Amino acid sequence: MKDKYKDAFREEAYELLTELESSLLELEETPDDLEVVGRVFRAMHTIKGSGAMFGFCDVAAFTHEVETVFDLVRNGKININTELISYTLAARDQIKSMLDAADGGAGVDIETGERIITALRGFLPSGHGGRPEAASPAMQSLVAPAAITSKEKVTYRVRFKPARKIFFNGTNPVALVNELRGLGECKVVAQRDNLPLLEELEAESCYIYWDIILTTSTGINAIKDVFIFVDDDCELDIEIIDYGGGLDNEADYKKLGEILVERGDLSPDALKQVLSEQKQVGEILVEKGLVQTDKLHSALLEQQHVKEIRHEREKQESVASIRVPAEKLDTLINLVGELVTVQARLSQIAAINMESDLLTVAEEVERLTSELRDNALGIRMLPIGTTFSKFRRLVHDLSRELGKEVEMVTDGAETEFDKNVIEKLNDPLVHLIRNCIDHGIEMPEERKAAGKPTKGIVHLAAVHSGDSVVISITDDGAGLDRNAIRAKAVEKGLISAGTELSDREIFAQIFAPGFSTAKQVTSVSGRGVGMDVVKRAIDALRGTIDLSSHVGKGTTVTIKMPLTLAIIESLLVKIGSDSFVMPLSQVDECVELTREDVEKSHGRNLADVRGRLVPYIPLRERFKIGGTPPAIEQIIITRVNNTKVGFVVDHVIGEHQTVIKSLGRAYRNVQGLSGATILGNGSVALILDLPQLVNAVENGAKSDY
Amino acid sequence: MGKMIMTADDSASVRQMVSFTLRESGYEVLEAIDGKDALEKLGKQKIDMLITDLNMPNLDGIGLIKGARSLPACRFIPIIMLTTESQDARKQEGKTAGATGWIVKPFKPDQLLAVVKKVLG
Repeated sequence: MKDKYKDAFREEAYELLTELESSLLELEETPDDLEVVGRVFRAMHTIKGSGAMFGFCDVAAFTHEVETVFDLVRNGKININTELISYTLAARDQIKSMLDAADGGAGVDIETGERIITALRGFLPSGHGGRPEAASPAMQSLVAPAAITSKEKVTYRVRFKPARKIFFNGTNPVALVNELRGLGECKVVAQRDNLPLLEELEAESCYIYWDIILTTSTGINAIKDVFIFVDDDCELDIEIIDYGGGLDNEADYKKLGEILVERGDLSPDALKQVLSEQKQVGEILVEKGLVQTDKLHSALLEQQHVKEIRHEREKQESVASIRVPAEKLDTLINLVGELVTVQARLSQIAAINMESDLLTVAEEVERLTSELRDNALGIRMLPIGTTFSKFRRLVHDLSRELGKEVEMVTDGAETEFDKNVIEKLNDPLVHLIRNCIDHGIEMPEERKAAGKPTKGIVHLAAVHSGDSVVISITDDGAGLDRNAIRAKAVEKGLISAGTELSDREIFAQIFAPGFSTAKQVTSVSGRGVGMDVVKRAIDALRGTIDLSSHVGKGTTVTIKMPLTLAIIESLLVKIGSDSFVMPLSQVDECVELTREDVEKSHGRNLADVRGRLVPYIPLRERFKIGGTPPAIEQIIITRVNNTKVGFVVDHVIGEHQTVIKSLGRAYRNVQGLSGATILGNGSVALILDLPQLVNAVENGAKSDY
Repeated sequence: MGKMIMTADDSASVRQMVSFTLRESGYEVLEAIDGKDALEKLGKQKIDMLITDLNMPNLDGIGLIKGARSLPACRFIPIIMLTTESQDARKQEGKTAGATGWIVKPFKPDQLLAVVKKVLG
């Protein structure tokens, strides 16, 4: 489609150039003929304007220079002489060769072009150094309304008072009001108090104005853009009357009188006086002629609208209506855990005895237990939104303290989490957000210099992904300085100077203990206690943390957390007579390991999985379990810290609902185990902490076994 | 029947692009090659909206806007001016003459449609 236009433009431009040539020659004869000067100017103008539209930006930029000169000729500021005409003719030829080049003709001699431009600029009177007209049109804001918008639904009060003569500009105010309606939930009241008596009424004037209550997530700029053409022809007041965030979370909204006073439609004194009389405020106000019915109607509507919005939000945010002490819930979860264990035993016994009555009951119990488990766990789930809104305050205080402009945008506030996880996540998240604001977001001047909006954005998002939740914290700040981190890591002896590392590996150094690259110590961060604490906290919750960053664009920290800490899906395996479980979320697949495979690898503990070498850890050796392994062992391929690692076991039993029991005090420092669980037959299985095991092997540390 | 929009522009390629974009979206289009041609056609045919370039031979955009506003049928229709200059002076001149709004060249079809939708309602 575009190419068709390009051809059309080129054809047209050639015509214009021919006309330009003859006009210029004509001008040489009669230098004072303004009509011919106008023709030259228009030809240039059209080539420039249309050229830019159809992708001939070089042509447009070049022509602009010539046009500038002729604009001044047209206004009598420059006189035509032979020299000017010959340069303009040269410019015409240059434009033609630029068009030819775009058509696949010979290349353009850029130097010639520059020489012509320099010569033409010489004709400009001093102080008129070719205004650098930005190519970016003012229309941008109209079509792509502010790329960064708040996701929160904010309620605005808009009063749009068009000028009387608005119709004469062909503006239809109703269309604008309707456009506003398209932005979100909207209530409109037309105000008629400016309407004159019939004999004074001019049919072509606009007497009506509008009060609009709008709830939208598009941001205030989108609202202003609606009125972009009538900027000078109307009074426009936009006020925020309800932030979506929940800063003032009371479901009730202001009293009617307050709204009217706030809008300036009623004086506070008049309100006080009326309030002393015990009647419906609205009724009295109208009776007394203090407020017109329309105004009252509008204020009432605002009250009702915001109340509705707030009630709805309240409904979303506080699903639970009974307050239960958290301990009771914890007890319930523990009991359900026991029940799951007993039920597993029941199913096992039923399967061994093969009694049909017992089997039926066992199946029934299994079904109910799993439903009960899901429900019980569900009760302890809370939307993370409550935590998010706490951070809003943090962002506000912190940005003020540091003199930065920061806005927090949240997504997925309704995402549910185990209550215990949310509580334990609080501190790490606070730390990460502080880092964003302190190290990430730049000072307003720096941002401006870098061509970014002065206000920085911290984006907090939570989303479900399988049996885990992903929380991401993104800022649009300076990003991580790869080299600074590297230098620091070398200085601290974390890596050696010569090693080649990927961005990811370098960024991972941030999580090392005692690492901090902040040049200055602020009251907020930069004291060297930092991301290592965050990482440890996340690890303790069996989560993972990851970081990516682009210089100048910002940083994203991604935390992946298990949904719950109480019961997990896992894989049950056996080594000798001992049982172990590993979290199913980390398991990729199981493959066989034969004697020959082991011999072939010459003791290097590498397995060939479909052409890819995967390192493995023989757990029998690791845990020093005696006896001989079976002829065919199993490798459980897992994904730990984004690399594939295998764990060799004797047998894979299958999936298992694992109720996590923490190990006693004596075992607290044992590496590689995160807890234990009770199996259906009453025996105990240990839960493997795969990342720890891998780390221990990598560091060559001796297992405590 | 779709709404009738006139495009007045001395650049054939711009006219073509405007017409095509508008017709694609179900509007009817009347083309005029300059201000004079546009005014003549306005005398014969009723239109719902006018999109005009500012720099045109014979009669320029400002003249066309003034002329159109003096026609009874065009007093209240939306008039959009196309301008390469993003300076306020030219825009202001256009607005004083009676233009409803403006589009700064170069523009994309989407931008054109957004503005048409905005002023036609």
